[in-house]
Amino acid sequence: MSRLLSQRWGGAVFLLLLLAIAIGVPYCNQVLAPDHPYYISTYTVTLIGKYLCYALLALSIDLIWGFCGILSLGHGAFFALGGYAMGMYLMRQIGPRGVYGNPDLPDFMVFLNWQELPWYWLGFEHFWFAMLMVALVPGLLAFVFGWLAFRSRVTGVYLSIITQALTYALMLAFFRNEMGFGGNNGLTDFKDILGFNLQADSTRIGLFIASALALALAYLACSMIIRSRFGRVIMAIRDAESRARFVGYRVEAYKLWLFTFSAILAGVAGALYVPQVGIINPGEFAPLNSIEAVVWVAVGGRGTLYGAAFGAILVNYAKTFFTAALPELWLFALGALFVLVTLLLPRGLVGLWRRPARSAP
Amino acid sequence: MRASSYGFLHVAPLTLLFFLLCATFTTATAQDNIQTQIDALAAGNFSAKAEAVDQLLATGHPRTAIVLQAMLESALQQRKSDNRIVISSKSGSNFQLQDAVTGEDLGSASRRDLKRISVNNSLRKHIRTALAKLSLADPDPAVRRAAVDQIIDNFDADSAALLADAASTESDATIRELMSIGAALGALNSEDSATRLAAIDTIQDSLNPEVRNRLTRLLNQEQDATVKAAAARALAGIEQRVQNYALLETTFFGLSLGSVLLLAAIGLAITFGVMGVINMAHGELIMLGAYTTYLIQAALPQFIDWSLLLAVPAAFLVSGLFGIAIERGVIRFLYGRPLETLLATFGVSLILQQLVRTTISAQNVPVANPSWMSGFWQVNSALSLTYNRLFILLFSILVFLALLLILRRTVLGLQVRAVSQNRTMAEAIGIRSERVDMLTFGLGSGIAGVAGVALSQLTNVGPNLGQAYIVDSFMVVVFGGVGNLWGTVVAAFSLGVVNKFLEPYSGAVLAKILVLVFLILFIQKRPRGLFPQRGRAAEA
Repeated sequence: MSRLLSQRWGGAVFLLLLLAIAIGVPYCNQVLAPDHPYYISTYTVTLIGKYLCYALLALSIDLIWGFCGILSLGHGAFFALGGYAMGMYLMRQIGPRGVYGNPDLPDFMVFLNWQELPWYWLGFEHFWFAMLMVALVPGLLAFVFGWLAFRSRVTGVYLSIITQALTYALMLAFFRNEMGFGGNNGLTDFKDILGFNLQADSTRIGLFIASALALALAYLACSMIIRSRFGRVIMAIRDAESRARFVGYRVEAYKLWLFTFSAILAGVAGALYVPQVGIINPGEFAPLNSIEAVVWVAVGGRGTLYGAAFGAILVNYAKTFFTAALPELWLFALGALFVLVTLLLPRGLVGLWRRPARSAP
Repeated sequence: MRASSYGFLHVAPLTLLFFLLCATFTTATAQDNIQTQIDALAAGNFSAKAEAVDQLLATGHPRTAIVLQAMLESALQQRKSDNRIVISSKSGSNFQLQDAVTGEDLGSASRRDLKRISVNNSLRKHIRTALAKLSLADPDPAVRRAAVDQIIDNFDADSAALLADAASTESDATIRELMSIGAALGALNSEDSATRLAAIDTIQDSLNPEVRNRLTRLLNQEQDATVKAAAARALAGIEQRVQNYALLETTFFGLSLGSVLLLAAIGLAITFGVMGVINMAHGELIMLGAYTTYLIQAALPQFIDWSLLLAVPAAFLVSGLFGIAIERGVIRFLYGRPLETLLATFGVSLILQQLVRTTISAQNVPVANPSWMSGFWQVNSALSLTYNRLFILLFSILVFLALLLILRRTVLGLQVRAVSQNRTMAEAIGIRSERVDMLTFGLGSGIAGVAGVALSQLTNVGPNLGQAYIVDSFMVVVFGGVGNLWGTVVAAFSLGVVNKFLEPYSGAVLAKILVLVFLILFIQKRPRGLFPQRGRAAEA
């Protein structure tokens, strides 16, 4: 009971904060004069927008790790796939404004002497199609992967390692020019989205608000799932998988749907991330990225949802600060964070003021 | 007495002069002989020059080789003032001259005073073959062998006779065989079909690419059906053998990759397989071993050849101590919580990488190959194996056997097995399980360091060295079956070989992806690997 209560309270505070940011940040950027002490530059708006996307990714990881005990070290792959789907739409929007001025082919294809669009690029000129793919591609991959993995009861560390292999394999594949996703350089030089110039302040604010909205909606959806009957089974699986199975629940089906939903959330996060940072390349598939995202969750406190989002923002703020001020120290700091959080704060920062739950995950 | 001695002193220079005159005269006649041939080198078009080269060769004069070598290097020039042929060597902006015929020093001349004797590529080839014919009689077998190769590659009308001649006096069996193959190549052109058949018979065991070319050509031109059939048979046999050797080579590369995988994974087979600890910093322990090699070579630059022998124990100690520090500082608090162990050790790996970047360099560092590991073993013209890969293959097997011995035959090994099978029971009979944990982890880490020494000989040594192997080595251990050392060996070598056999069809990157996908699917099918543990240990 106390758990549910604190979940609700923490969640309410989180949603209120999110609302405050979603209104306050655009206000400070658009209404206040540039010399006002509370003025926020567009650069910072985009930066916070980026953090919100990371928070959404962290949320998706917390949903499966914190509540179902599935530690995915490959969630960055779903994030990047969503990003690539969005990037392909943005590439098609460039049209004849590319360096080579080809109305149909993106620059890198002209450069590789390709004559026509590969079949998997068809349809990406439509926004609705691209958005469908943002959800469908990561969702489908997660479904197939999860179906194979959960059905044969691959759990724990084994699952973590093969998810890592998955993202590693995808990274190697996307580095290849022949794949038709821009190879090493990825997709970049985007011009506009839905007709709005991506460089314009108003578009950036729009993307920022969209990210905040997506995060809020995802949070609500996740907490609804957790509070539902479905969510109770999920937590039962986390705490005693075999027992849940023997009681008669189809454990693999529960896990599979949760995993797929989580992958879709990660894909959406990637899709919102790409127009804000202006590039997507195979580096996003790097195993390090996925594992970093896991640490955000661990730092914030897993099994709380808002803790994960909070951790993502905090760690990334620290990263921005460190990489600018003391670039050499960042990896030391990140490494130390991994070690110290797991050793000293197994329940994350949120765990510092929350009463311990009855069953430690 | 005094007078006579005086007289003798008069006579002596005279006699000397006489002998000198005689000597000059005799050389002068020989000189006359090659003077015309050498002068011919400067005249006419390239085919005339080629003719002149052959004539010069026919004289057998000792200066022939020097002159032809100079001509090959475009150092043979003609002095404009007296049309004398000279060998020039550059000194500063001028040329130092030497008479082509006598070798006499002619002082220096500027570029404007000289006219270069031009050569083109076909003439160069001709000269090279001519030089090779000269070196067929060289005392050094390596030179003779190179000469035979050169002649076979540039076969012409008199090559066959020349080689047959040389074969009759050759003492080295391999070179003699090569010479007779060359002679047989000439016999392929014979009018007599029986001679041609005999020639095909001689060459059908040779893998020399020129033999293949000639047989293909013969197959197209041959009229006689028996000879044609024999040629086709010989060619098919050769092709088959070349293919077999290519297969053997791919297998070797696969085994070599497998040995790298084995080295990377074998330490993990201890820490992950036997202890059940997920150590994501394993790759960094390998990296530390490679850096130890670098540091030892940097400290003792004059002992590069011995550096590896020193580096193996040093790397074992360095990585082993780091491993023990990680176990004592982090992992022992997290036993039984594999996911947390994974995260914490990942943090350790980031710290170790950054440590190397800040203390040594963010760039790759050079690690030298000792001389006994460079070069290759030329089995035949279709197959050669590089020594460093060969040594590392042997080394990986040695390391594996050593590890097996430690686990099976020592007290520590017994205790490790006891603790991994039943910790409580092991403690009850007096095994200090914490100490065993520490030493086991140190052993696995130390072996990672030793692997680093071997890898430093094959790949670039940089801060990211370990990252490249971590996914691979976990895959190998999981594929082979956790807790099964033999499984790790089978998995490493089979993955290596499969990877290399896929590469020609799919490219290196796709081969790797395919292998990863295969492994992901394999784990779905058999989550406990190729050789799962049975019995009680499997329940843990």
